[in-house]
Amino acid sequence: MVIWDGLSQAFSLIITRDPAMMQIIWMSLLVSGVSVLLASAAGIPLGTWLGLAPAHRVRWLAQILYTLMGLPPVLVGLFVYLLLSSAGPFGVLNLLFSPTAMILAQTILALPIVTGLTMIAVRSKDREIRDTAVSLGASAWQVALTIIREARLAITGAVVTGLGRLMAEVGAVMMVGGNIEGKTRVMTSAIVLETRRGNFEMAIGLGIVLLALAFIINSVLYRIQGVGRH
Amino acid sequence: MFRLESVCKSYGSRNVVEIPGCVFTRGLIHGIMGPSGSGKSTLLRLLNMIEKPTAGQIIFRGHDLVTCRPRLSLQRRMAMVFQKPVLFEASVYENVAYGLKVRGLQRADVREKVLEALKTVGLVHLERQPARTLSGGEAQRVAIARAFVTEPEVLLLDEPTSNLDPQNVGMIEDLVRMINRERQTTVILVTHNVFQARRLADHITFMYEGKVVEDGPTEAVFTSPGDDRTRAFIHGDMVY
Ligand SMILES: Nc1ncnc2c1ncn2[C@@H]1O[C@H](COP(=O)(O)OP(=O)(O)OP(=O)(O)O)[C@@H](O)[C@H]1O
Ligand SMILES: [Mg+2]
Repeated sequence: MVIWDGLSQAFSLIITRDPAMMQIIWMSLLVSGVSVLLASAAGIPLGTWLGLAPAHRVRWLAQILYTLMGLPPVLVGLFVYLLLSSAGPFGVLNLLFSPTAMILAQTILALPIVTGLTMIAVRSKDREIRDTAVSLGASAWQVALTIIREARLAITGAVVTGLGRLMAEVGAVMMVGGNIEGKTRVMTSAIVLETRRGNFEMAIGLGIVLLALAFIINSVLYRIQGVGRH
Repeated sequence: MFRLESVCKSYGSRNVVEIPGCVFTRGLIHGIMGPSGSGKSTLLRLLNMIEKPTAGQIIFRGHDLVTCRPRLSLQRRMAMVFQKPVLFEASVYENVAYGLKVRGLQRADVREKVLEALKTVGLVHLERQPARTLSGGEAQRVAIARAFVTEPEVLLLDEPTSNLDPQNVGMIEDLVRMINRERQTTVILVTHNVFQARRLADHITFMYEGKVVEDGPTEAVFTSPGDDRTRAFIHGDMVY
């Protein structure tokens, strides 16, 4: 059975620390990790601001945001491709088919997710915590920081969700990265390639490694969140 | 301490608080009483600048609470314990330290004051415990400590003893008296408990449907209430 072959393939890939595979894993982590960090750096403050604003005043923004949360990756890929292609406005930078291009696309993908989920997290804590902090003499900034801290579990959840989406995403990274071996190949694009070549064992092996990786990342983040620390 | 001038607070078309004029004198313990929904909490939230009046002025020691800028410097001269206090997802210590930290106090000063406050409410031993694991009464005491540790000029308490056992009620009442006497802190206390009002308050304000219907020294209000509704409330509760 092809699945068992895939499993044993996965094992041998992991045990031998296959250099090509390590490179692919590294690239996946690098691209998606940096992207989610960039998206969080902008999305957490933005989401907090939106969450604190009166709901009726940011209704339109929120609706646009919800729409963008479901943005098809290929659309983002197309957009970044057009920006960076030699005929595009940023063509001279020569960034197409580079990790930078992939990070750009994935940051755009993750931004609405992190922002939207942060907004929801903040809104769910908002009123009582805000009143309490204000009453205790917190400035506007201190109130915002307090609310972020109070919503930290849900905000970490937003970041993890964003990272998960990016690691699993293939459309955008392939379009703007080009799946170049040793340069822009990531786990998902490698799986696509191996499947097309008929190397199902390799594809399944990589899939299992991808799942295992997602599990490890989530466990680490779960720890960081401090759930069950007390 | 506070002077209210034609203050009105409405939600939608309903006037929840409507006070033509009212004064809260400095240095006293004021008791605010009234039936449920009469606007007591709303009044306290107005005084604490959590809510803005729809119309009118609230003067706090010469400053108009609505127009005065910056808000922060006035806010930091008062403290309030909400009817349903919310503790932060942090340790007891961090909760009590919050008001001091946002004021930028030195670590050592924060520590000293927090421990002192926790000692006063009898909770030093719970310093490190996460606030969400506290019992109702303990949480209430943490909320009170968190407010008075900032040494406010006025302390606004919204039914601070409503979910405490008699022993804790006694402790909180002693604490309120102590804060009022030793620090000359003005206290404005909302309470349902007529006995508590009589025990603690120097001055009683009785509210009914958003309006102040009785306002005077405690003994006068209790011995010869001028308003039928006040009399009914006092006696109704006394019999009960
Ligand atoms: N944010 C709000 N929006 C609409 N109505 C409100 C709001 N806050 C308070 N009210 C209404 O204002 C009235 C007065 O509320 P308030 O909380 O001040 O009463 P209270 O005297 O403190 O009552 P209790 O003794 O039950 O605590 C209530 O009828 C309440 O429903
Ligand atoms: Mg109330």
